[in-house]
Amino acid sequence: MTYAVEFQNLSRTFDKVRAVDNVDLQIGEGEFFSMLGPSGSGKTTCLRLIAGFEQPSAGSVRIFGQEAAGLPPYRRDVNTVFQDYALFPHMSVADNVAYGLMVAGVGKRERQERAQAMLELVKLGDYGQRRPAALSGGQRQRVALARALIKKPRVLLLDEPLGALDLKLREQMQIELKSLQRQLGITFIYVTHDQGEALSMSDRVAVFNLGRIEQVATPRELYTRPATAFVADFVGTSNVFDHAAAQTLCGQDRPFSIRPERIRIGQDGPREGEIGLSGELIDIQYLGAVSRFEVRAGNGKVLAVVSPNLDDHDVAFTVGAPVKLYWPQRAMHPLAPEENGHVAHA
Amino acid sequence: MRFDRSTADRAPWWLKSLAWAGLGFLHLPIVMIVLYAFNTETSAYSFPLKGFTLHWFSIAFANPDVLAAIGLSIKIALVATLLAMVLGTMAAGALYRGSFFGKEAVTLMLILPIALPGIITGLSLLAAFRLAGVAPGFWTIAVGHATFCVVVVYNNVVARLRRNSMSLIEASMDLGADPWQTFRHIVLPQIATALLAGGILAFALSFDEIIVTTFTAGNEVTLPIWLLNQLTRPRDVPVTNVVAMTVMLLTTLPIIAAWRLTSGTEDIAGSGK
Amino acid sequence: MSRMLERRGLSALTDALYRRPALWLFLLLAPPLLWFGLVYLGSLFALLAQSFFTFDDFTMNVSPVLTLDNYRALLDPANHDVILRTVAMAAAVTLAAAVLAFPLAYYMARYARGWRKGFFYVAVMLPMWASYIVKAYSWTVILAKGGLVYWFYRSFGLSGVVDWLLSLPGIGGDSLSTSTLGRFTVFTYIWLPFMILPIQAALERVPGNLIQAAADLGATPFMAFRTVILPLAFPGVVAGSIFTFSLTLGDYIIPQLFGPSGLFIGTMVYTMQGSIGNMPMAGAFTLVPVLIIAVYLSIAKRLGAFDAL
Repeated sequence: MTYAVEFQNLSRTFDKVRAVDNVDLQIGEGEFFSMLGPSGSGKTTCLRLIAGFEQPSAGSVRIFGQEAAGLPPYRRDVNTVFQDYALFPHMSVADNVAYGLMVAGVGKRERQERAQAMLELVKLGDYGQRRPAALSGGQRQRVALARALIKKPRVLLLDEPLGALDLKLREQMQIELKSLQRQLGITFIYVTHDQGEALSMSDRVAVFNLGRIEQVATPRELYTRPATAFVADFVGTSNVFDHAAAQTLCGQDRPFSIRPERIRIGQDGPREGEIGLSGELIDIQYLGAVSRFEVRAGNGKVLAVVSPNLDDHDVAFTVGAPVKLYWPQRAMHPLAPEENGHVAHA
Repeated sequence: MRFDRSTADRAPWWLKSLAWAGLGFLHLPIVMIVLYAFNTETSAYSFPLKGFTLHWFSIAFANPDVLAAIGLSIKIALVATLLAMVLGTMAAGALYRGSFFGKEAVTLMLILPIALPGIITGLSLLAAFRLAGVAPGFWTIAVGHATFCVVVVYNNVVARLRRNSMSLIEASMDLGADPWQTFRHIVLPQIATALLAGGILAFALSFDEIIVTTFTAGNEVTLPIWLLNQLTRPRDVPVTNVVAMTVMLLTTLPIIAAWRLTSGTEDIAGSGK
Repeated sequence: MSRMLERRGLSALTDALYRRPALWLFLLLAPPLLWFGLVYLGSLFALLAQSFFTFDDFTMNVSPVLTLDNYRALLDPANHDVILRTVAMAAAVTLAAAVLAFPLAYYMARYARGWRKGFFYVAVMLPMWASYIVKAYSWTVILAKGGLVYWFYRSFGLSGVVDWLLSLPGIGGDSLSTSTLGRFTVFTYIWLPFMILPIQAALERVPGNLIQAAADLGATPFMAFRTVILPLAFPGVVAGSIFTFSLTLGDYIIPQLFGPSGLFIGTMVYTMQGSIGNMPMAGAFTLVPVLIIAVYLSIAKRLGAFDAL
């Protein structure tokens, strides 16, 4: 089968820095695919390698089976929505949207009509004659989207497109983006450092760290079965037990992670299939729906516990008191043994 | 200790006076040139002025020497500006980002013609033209002027290019525009005003240049050389006054235009002269 | 058909250039580099080469026989005078320009707000860019007998003071425009804007609250100025002085138009080349300002003038 985008042993080095380090990846047609990672992890460079702004130092990038290495951006059937929108300030909104058609030699009448249709798709039908500077951040975002989509790309690249928007708008745009992608049926490749964004929209997510991919999985899998300590920690919050901690604290012989909400805090004693440890409660944060507890275990390791505030049970605890933590064995996720340079904070 | 903010941010009277006095000193000669252009006196510079007349304007602009000098200076300035705009834009395009071996040396070389005393540039050009057997004339003047005008255009364009987001160029190519289309539709409109401002400054610089020109001019008489000749061998005071004011206008008005084109930026400030 | 081929050829070329940014950079840089390398550096070398040629005093001919005589002649006592006179003038002009420029630059940077800021900026730029030769001409008008300055000191009964000034050795002369004082005034006027703008730019970078901080710590305004403002403005003063110093060193028109006889480096070069046709000696002489400026720059660098730039 041909993939929309396929990396084979892809590397990109800048001077001596390996921004992308021997990456293999397949992205299917019609997928909403996210590249998630902290800044400098190589996710944006991967996107730029697909767009053609960067050329690989080694390996190959295939777009629908065709080798793209060496092809300039203007000869690729992909389009990009930029982080800073990159709207042309000297053109009207309509001219911005029609730009891709203009340089392709499409006649004036046709490109005006198609630009108008595109603006209506992103609910900006009345804004064609304005300048980008006269639009709000969210509106600029939509123009950038319309401008990229008018070329009918088979793959749309989005580089942290919601980064500059405020929280409310961001959540609304997430829903719109997702429904737009379903409606158009094209591949979206979405770069973000916000794990919530990646989880809520994507079919699959690749987690990047130090130029490599730590794990590629569906959001559910990523959250419930993180493959590495890094993923466990970066996607959501996790209590990561490295080999030593697992052994001394709870007698396990493999490193594992456990989500804060799977840990039960109490005094009663272990239930069926649970293991536990004891520690000292060092902080309670009341967060409304839930409370967050910080507990220092025997060897100084601090664990996070989140429990719902169903019956104000948090008031029963006092900072400095000894507590016991329990969790079901099946809630623990075994982690891959740590590699050189890829050890996450344990 | 003083906590009075309102007085802390107001200039003391003596500083304000000194500043305005300094400004007055800078503009006194300019005002004088404008005043004397309308003076009725024919052979001296006595003050207060004798009377007001527009008579000398018609005399000056009927003088064939003056007209020829103005024509020559404009032609040279146009050629030099055009060359400087092409070369300066190319240099700016190559040097505005990234770094490569020898970049510093190249920028230094661009600045050298205005950084070194003009007499060195002038004499060097003359020595080279002699060695190459080129007779001084229109083209030797234009070549000299273009050389020191490049940096003015370069400074303006490079400042604008650096301010513009690289992602605009990437966005254009992403949407299918090849590098030529990108230059035509995106880069050129972005740098247009800076390029124009640079061109205007280059024109003004070339139009009134004298230090280099006297070496490369041979027997050609540009407008500044005509003025210098009048200064060393005064013949026609009223006509000289009128021509001086004309040159002043032709160089200062473009400066204001260039400033407006780039206002809100620091493009011109660093360009020197 | 042929047009299509042409287009295809062109786009293949475009793609090839895109793939090789170094080649593209080279193509962009080649014309300016060629121009500057050939025209400008070539000329400088031509001049340098000719400064080693032999000039025959009798036939007034230059022959390409290499010699160091021209450089030896630079050490003649007569030429010492020329160099000293020029350097002294350049130093005096630089000092005067710095003193005059500072209050104006300080006001511009610290107090001018709103429309005044733009107004002052343009008002300093304008005289800087206005025609050099016209500015020089204007001063012959201002300093002329019976002109503005004469009228001014006559009306205020200051003739005695002016006569006394003109009688002083070293700065005096027959009249205002033929005195060293006159020459100094014109030089200072013409290069003054080149001093104002760098100082203003340097002061612009000094945060206003620094002065308040100094005052808060108990510094008197004078102490705050001396210990906070002046050191921070110093790089600007040095940057400006490079202009005023080197522009005065190389000038040959103002010394011709104003002041007593007695050559400057610039006028020396000009006469050597122009009236005598001794290009080799003129070439050797141009090396003097270059050397002086190089020494000046290295001192400025030692003083840390470029650290803040």
